[in-house]
Amino acid sequence: MTTRALLVALLAVALVVPAAQAATPRASLPDVEDEVMCLECGTALNVSTSPVADQERAFIRELIAQGKSKEQVKAALVAEYGPRILAEPEERGFSLTAWLIPILATLAALALVVVLVRRWRRPGGAADPEAGAAPAALDPADARRLDAELAAFDR
Amino acid sequence: MRPRLYWPVTLAAAALVGLLAYGVAGTGTDTTLDDAVRSGKRVDPPTEPLQVLGRKGTGSLADYKGKVVLVNVWASWCEPCRDELPLLEKTHKRLSGEGGTVLGIDVKENSEAAMTAMREFGLTYPSLRDPDGSYVRDFGQTGYPETYVLDRRGRVAAVRRFPVTQEWLDRTLPPLLEERV
Repeated sequence: MTTRALLVALLAVALVVPAAQAATPRASLPDVEDEVMCLECGTALNVSTSPVADQERAFIRELIAQGKSKEQVKAALVAEYGPRILAEPEERGFSLTAWLIPILATLAALALVVVLVRRWRRPGGAADPEAGAAPAALDPADARRLDAELAAFDR
Repeated sequence: MRPRLYWPVTLAAAALVGLLAYGVAGTGTDTTLDDAVRSGKRVDPPTEPLQVLGRKGTGSLADYKGKVVLVNVWASWCEPCRDELPLLEKTHKRLSGEGGTVLGIDVKENSEAAMTAMREFGLTYPSLRDPDGSYVRDFGQTGYPETYVLDRRGRVAAVRRFPVTQEWLDRTLPPLLEERV
């Protein structure tokens, strides 16, 4: 009984440990590089070739060699260099516009769609130019001619 | 253009131009400090606390009032910075006996890389850390290395926007060391 329990426990460990490792995969340099900035160049690390970039890459390689996941590497970078190391605009000052403009542009586009849809659905709108349009009044001469034609048709 | 669209489009265009102008103006070099020092004025430096390199805790330029402080902006990845480190160490040893110090501000690098350089060059003066360079930007920093000299009252009395030389140090430091608070 004890042997069976031990075997079950070993089997469970053998199954769970690889699953846990698969859940937090080890980071790779190319995967991290495009989400990190070269602090001195102001460009993404994967396109930077300056000495600062080389030093940042060496730091990332060291963390990867320690078996850190991508999120752990990014957290260590922020702890060491500050939040500006991440390739995301800051949430203050002029950089705030990088966050705000897409939101404002989306809202403006939505408002435009709402206005256009309402206009198209309105009677007489562009989608159905004849719907609900009042018939044009006939010229008296044309009206007389129409009456004569209809009378001739009835005969 | 239809009258109903005229004002919204004009306002949107004006806002866009204003945004661009603000963005361009924000990328220029701030020469306020240089202009002030050149005209003989002394300026209070930024004194926010920064992490001390190589140990826990923070330090600030305000901690050094009463001393003449040679504040050196450096990084180990910067070759001209490395070239002047021996001269700065020699200057620190000289200043220590005269009521002064050299204080490094290590910029945009991880602490281990900076500590390796400190050991390599046998530096005995302290350094503060400015990991993303936001602190030295307030000095109007334009490159590496840069050096600012603070008088005994903690005000910026001299600025050097490129490597220091023995001649510049000999000309700049003695008058400040003679001053009393």
